[in-house]
Amino acid sequence: MAAAVNCSDVRKQYVKGKEVVDVLTGINLEIEEGDFLALMGPSGSGKTTLLNLIGGLDHPTAGQIEVGGQSLNNMSSKQLAQWRSENVGFIFQFYNLLPVLNAQRNVELPLLLTKLSRKQRAANAATALEIVNLADRAKHKPSELSGGQQQRVAIARALVADPKLLVCDEPTGDLDRDTADEILGLLQTLNTDHGKTIIMVTHDPRAADHARHTMHMDKGKLASEVPA
Amino acid sequence: MSMFGLIWSNLFRKRTRTTLTLLSVMIAFLLFILLRSISAAFSEGTFVSGADRLMVRAKYSMIESLPFSQKQQILAVEGVTDITHTSWFGGTYQDPRNFFAQYPVEPDEYFSIFSEYVVEPAGALARFQSQRTAAVADVALAQQYGWEVGDIIPIIGTLYTKKDGTDTWEFELVGTFSNPGEASGFPLFLFNYDYFYEAAARGQGEIGGWTLRVDQPDRISEIASEIDGLFENSSNPTKTATEDEAGRDFAKQLGDIGFITTMIMGAVFFTIILLTGNTMAQALRERIPELAVLKTLGFGDMTISWLVLGEAIILCVFGGMLGVGLAYLMAPGLSASLEGFIGTFEVSGSVAAEAVVLMLATGLVIGLVPAISAKRLTIVDALRK
Repeated sequence: MAAAVNCSDVRKQYVKGKEVVDVLTGINLEIEEGDFLALMGPSGSGKTTLLNLIGGLDHPTAGQIEVGGQSLNNMSSKQLAQWRSENVGFIFQFYNLLPVLNAQRNVELPLLLTKLSRKQRAANAATALEIVNLADRAKHKPSELSGGQQQRVAIARALVADPKLLVCDEPTGDLDRDTADEILGLLQTLNTDHGKTIIMVTHDPRAADHARHTMHMDKGKLASEVPA
Repeated sequence: MSMFGLIWSNLFRKRTRTTLTLLSVMIAFLLFILLRSISAAFSEGTFVSGADRLMVRAKYSMIESLPFSQKQQILAVEGVTDITHTSWFGGTYQDPRNFFAQYPVEPDEYFSIFSEYVVEPAGALARFQSQRTAAVADVALAQQYGWEVGDIIPIIGTLYTKKDGTDTWEFELVGTFSNPGEASGFPLFLFNYDYFYEAAARGQGEIGGWTLRVDQPDRISEIASEIDGLFENSSNPTKTATEDEAGRDFAKQLGDIGFITTMIMGAVFFTIILLTGNTMAQALRERIPELAVLKTLGFGDMTISWLVLGEAIILCVFGGMLGVGLAYLMAPGLSASLEGFIGTFEVSGSVAAEAVVLMLATGLVIGLVPAISAKRLTIVDALRK
């Protein structure tokens, strides 16, 4: 199977005042298309930083990152934005929905960057909400939804532009056990039935159990791989 | 949903704050329209203008009087055919707020020079000439106060009291006058100079200014210079000008209206830019994580800038248009109440167009810094906030 993500000797440094902090110290990672990978590790181990680099939110200090066969290293900020809108769906711990928009409009947001008609955008958003089983809450604003429902809306938003890769940063970190299981089940369905490649950062071993593979990070390095 | 829908939703994220900001922008543009219109009325107002008439006033101030003895000297200037005098009586009718111009005049001379006026009803001019307490009023002024021919009009003299110590001058309205060529007349009340001369406690032998007619309009500037030359070294030097120039001088002596309105508008817009700019900056600070999410979803830096800038521009244009609309609604009432103080007050299309340009410019100024800040946001840092 082809590699969906290929990281080779990826390094990331941050400069805080006069101090240089090495966050990633040479990551080599290959994720196959259709994989569901859980990244675990203690706080500060570099999980989210690696996720941000794979998602094209940041540039590595050194090393190469290829996603779907495309190198992200030499892309400008504008090119990365375009690439993200077409290739990656993001799911955050705190949902990050726009509070002024209802569920339907939140899901529609990524489609504003496409050439789809207003009608087609609305139809696609409605379909995405159906996939996450939330069609009946389309007109509700985030403040009128539970945490689990908000995360479903966020997943629908991540799906609506039909990206091949979903990156999830602690998607169940703010949810109770039952709701978290529902969300993880939904992610599994997206992986198995819709063929999405998923990379999920989590602290929760039970969440990681839903993935096909789990990798541990520590002090900026990949420590081990645990097959599911 | 469209990009505009996204901007609009963000704009009304905090309804109270946005409504108050809109109101302040609305008031600013209402003031802009009203002050610009008043300024335009002063600077571009239509002063009654005759191509063959000159006005002679005291050189240094319009409140200085001129001696009656100048009349024969002016008449002796070649080209001057007729002359009459006017003086500012400065009275009020019933209430100090009922303010309009009153001149004691010599009826035959006055209406000979201002021959465009039609005095009605028939015989009114003859009665005005012959009856000591007779008066005539501009037709619009008479309509404003509901005066009918035969009414006794009491005017309280604020500058001139009577010899008997009282300050109430009673006049019988014998007619009205109008200029058929003018859409609206200057609200003017004329009464017989003979009555003023006999009854006033002071002011005899002095007049406010001369109006004269020349038979050689092409020499009008030369004649004006000649008249001023006559009195240059006297104790009552004069300034002679066409009616149009004299009208503008009058407006200027009330103050540099254009400068004053510009200063007021400058202060208003400086305040608005600070207030609204602060509101926009605050709104931006509150939404940094949301802007980061939009960038994460693929909205480019420039798109984000335009969204923020668009909010500022829409806020200013929407608030400004409310102000312009309100100004249009208020214009007829203001025009009626300001009639007689300034030229024609109207909210012109050009002033409204200036306002639209100013709305866009204000929106740009207010939104520029937040837009640049939004453009520079880095996703990773902003998501942590």
